[in-house]
Amino acid sequence: MPDGTKVVGTREAEVLTIKEYKSGDKPVWCPGCGDFGVLSATYKALASLQLQRKDVVVVSGIGCSSRTPYFMSTFGFHGVHGRSLPIATGMKLANPALTVLAMGGDGDLMSIGAGHFPHAAARNVDITCVMMDNQTYGLTKAQASPTSFMGHKSKSTPYGVVAKPMAPVLFALANGATYVARGYSAKPNDLTDLLVQGVKHPGFSFIHVQSPCAEFLNTYDYYDEHIEELPPDWNRHDLKAAIALALSEEKVHLGVFYEEERPIFSKAVREFEPERKQFDLATYLERFS
Amino acid sequence: MARDDFIIRIGGDTAIGGVISTGENFATAAARIGFHTFTFRTYPSEIKGGHAWFQVRISNRPVYSLGDGCDILIAFDQEAYELHRKDLNESGVLIYDSDLVQPEPDGSLVRYGVRFQNIARHELEFVRGTNVLVLGVMAGLFGLPPTALEEMVKTRYKRRADLMEKNIQALRHGYEYTKKIQKEDKYWLGTADHMARLIMSGNDAITAGALHAGCRYFAGYPITPASDILETMASQLPRFGGVCLQAEDEMAAIASVIGASYAGTKAMTATSGPGFSLMTELLGLAAMAEIPIVIVDAQRSGPSTGMPTKLEQSDLFHALYAGHGDLPRIVLAPASVQNCFRVTVLAFGLAEKYQCPVILLSDQSLSQRTETISTVDTDVFPVVERVRPNGTDPESYLRYKVTENGVSPMAIPGLDPHTYVAPGLEHDERGHPRLSSEVHETMTAKRFRKLEAARKEIDNEELCPRYGPEKADLGIIGWGATQGSIREAVDRALGEGLQVAAMHPRVLNPLPAERLSEFVSSVKHVLVPEVNYQGQFAHHLAATLGVRPIRLNKISGLPFTPGEIHGKIKEVLAHA
Repeated sequence: MPDGTKVVGTREAEVLTIKEYKSGDKPVWCPGCGDFGVLSATYKALASLQLQRKDVVVVSGIGCSSRTPYFMSTFGFHGVHGRSLPIATGMKLANPALTVLAMGGDGDLMSIGAGHFPHAAARNVDITCVMMDNQTYGLTKAQASPTSFMGHKSKSTPYGVVAKPMAPVLFALANGATYVARGYSAKPNDLTDLLVQGVKHPGFSFIHVQSPCAEFLNTYDYYDEHIEELPPDWNRHDLKAAIALALSEEKVHLGVFYEEERPIFSKAVREFEPERKQFDLATYLERFS
Repeated sequence: MARDDFIIRIGGDTAIGGVISTGENFATAAARIGFHTFTFRTYPSEIKGGHAWFQVRISNRPVYSLGDGCDILIAFDQEAYELHRKDLNESGVLIYDSDLVQPEPDGSLVRYGVRFQNIARHELEFVRGTNVLVLGVMAGLFGLPPTALEEMVKTRYKRRADLMEKNIQALRHGYEYTKKIQKEDKYWLGTADHMARLIMSGNDAITAGALHAGCRYFAGYPITPASDILETMASQLPRFGGVCLQAEDEMAAIASVIGASYAGTKAMTATSGPGFSLMTELLGLAAMAEIPIVIVDAQRSGPSTGMPTKLEQSDLFHALYAGHGDLPRIVLAPASVQNCFRVTVLAFGLAEKYQCPVILLSDQSLSQRTETISTVDTDVFPVVERVRPNGTDPESYLRYKVTENGVSPMAIPGLDPHTYVAPGLEHDERGHPRLSSEVHETMTAKRFRKLEAARKEIDNEELCPRYGPEKADLGIIGWGATQGSIREAVDRALGEGLQVAAMHPRVLNPLPAERLSEFVSSVKHVLVPEVNYQGQFAHHLAATLGVRPIRLNKISGLPFTPGEIHGKIKEVLAHA
């Protein structure tokens, strides 16, 4: 079993450029899709961190945004709908030296896989979770999603959405994520910065990205109007203030809501037994004699 | 003449406590000084209260099944007496608490009434010592040296001197008490051989096998009767540099196992039917992305929540067919506690070699019963490591390269520069989505070629042993934990001059078709006994080999006894 700590910023002789993180496959997204911005920010973040491609795994579920791994030249895992976080957890626990990113959409992380999210956050698994939120099911063509606005009329909700939209930032804060930020796909440079910080952060990082669907629910105008940077003097270590803001925001705030340091799961489990032994069958079997 | 191979059954309400532990302590003490034991337990699926029973078959010769009925019944209460009286064999012994049990007059039984609770309360002033008092009485009546039990009490209470003292006192009191009893029965343990043996449960052997095979990641969700694998892994894995995760649900458990294996660590999960139902989604992913994983399903009774603490062999269809689409998986079924170890080592070997999910079917009786075994064998199945793209060019690496046996080298993140994406979508050799009919045909065939390669590897005597004569009137094909009862039944039938043979494959998918066909053609009739209603294995054999077996099914939540199978053999051959 590999061992070690997360490799961040190890500069080797060869400098990796943005291009070298691209797989060569052209993204299959529609023109104007917010996910292009997120992908571009992800390339930039990895290049900025100079992570070796063999040390990075991008894990996803199902949905438009979950196609991301195929466009990366790193290791990747395009799994099944909703299970990116437990798959990423297993990878990180098996080899803590890996940089693991779980990327997916609002359906993946807030609906079918929502049951895994609080546990990954509470355990403080050292992975970076990037949620590309377009508030609709794009791949299955325009049904409502858990983050759709109330009243939103879609093919699956012809009378309008009755449920209150899930609040991903609030959800992450309430469940113990130790780095919580929000970005906007139309601001890829700021998003790159949030991603770099998220990957560097030791623990469960959650980055909520408003990533509009140009085809089925074009919200660019809405977000251009509603986004607002967090105040420059925002104290990112105040959980109560972060929760209060996430509860009450009328504007869609961008930036790092919250950050704290807490014991990391993948590290803690390796410290249960400081002295590790080779497994010896004969010794092990003594307990049964 | 004394009988030195006999079955003791203990029954009572779990609210009083100690039914299972009394039996377990007796069995362990006997095993430690060299007797062979085979235990069986069944208990209510209640938080507290309800009838539980435990039995131990004990002998100075090897024992392979729980046996038929019981020879000695220890009834803690009236319910225990009433429930088990009918199972007492001829010239059986009833030991009962004479304040709590009113047995009917019955001249065919030897009866020893002892005021267990009263003695514990008033003479020993130690009510909780009732169980140990019973142990002392059992030791005295049936010839187990009391020192063996004293050693156990000493170990158990080594940090509680006061309790140790009281328990030893209760034990000796019980032993001395039997000197006042006129022994009228014929049960007396022979001489123990004092050979060192292991006393393990099926779950213990599965866990040991997994650790030996190199499993260093385990994830699970608590479920009867598989929870103790999770608990053992939680305490043991950190000592050997491994990690155990108690997951939020079974989907997360198997998903994280897939993630860990993808990252290069041998990984396993263990569950029972309800949990395996939830895991089905991810089973397909492991097959599609070709990730080696091991799943233990300790089967229990019934659909939905069913009967959580009772056994059944009714998840076979589920193991064979779970998941949408055509997905290859290997299904194994160990036949005894000793077999659990090697079959688990084999499970990892096949998973790593063929990069697919391997399901190991145990059941409640096998997982939770204990057997004395001489040793575990490590030479039959070697520890296998997966094949990696060593020395090849990372730029031209094809993770899903189409090969003759279907196996393609698997790169490990962090170690190999051969990056790739593991896909749930149909994919080309590189692993990238490709949904054309040609690709789907080619890749499905590639994935299934691994099973054909695996079949050739497992279609042998070691993994599909035959028992009995080369030609027979009746051939029994069994699977899983029924092996011991089948073999004893065959022995009895052979002793009566009947021509009966048996075969017991450990691999249920892919089936060892050559050996099974050979067996089928060497017998006139085929009988398939299994603990399920639908005859799932009989159906599988019919579909694969074209045979139409005679079925013997049982769904009482209890294992087959040798007598039940022997009875069926006689019935079939009488009408043949």
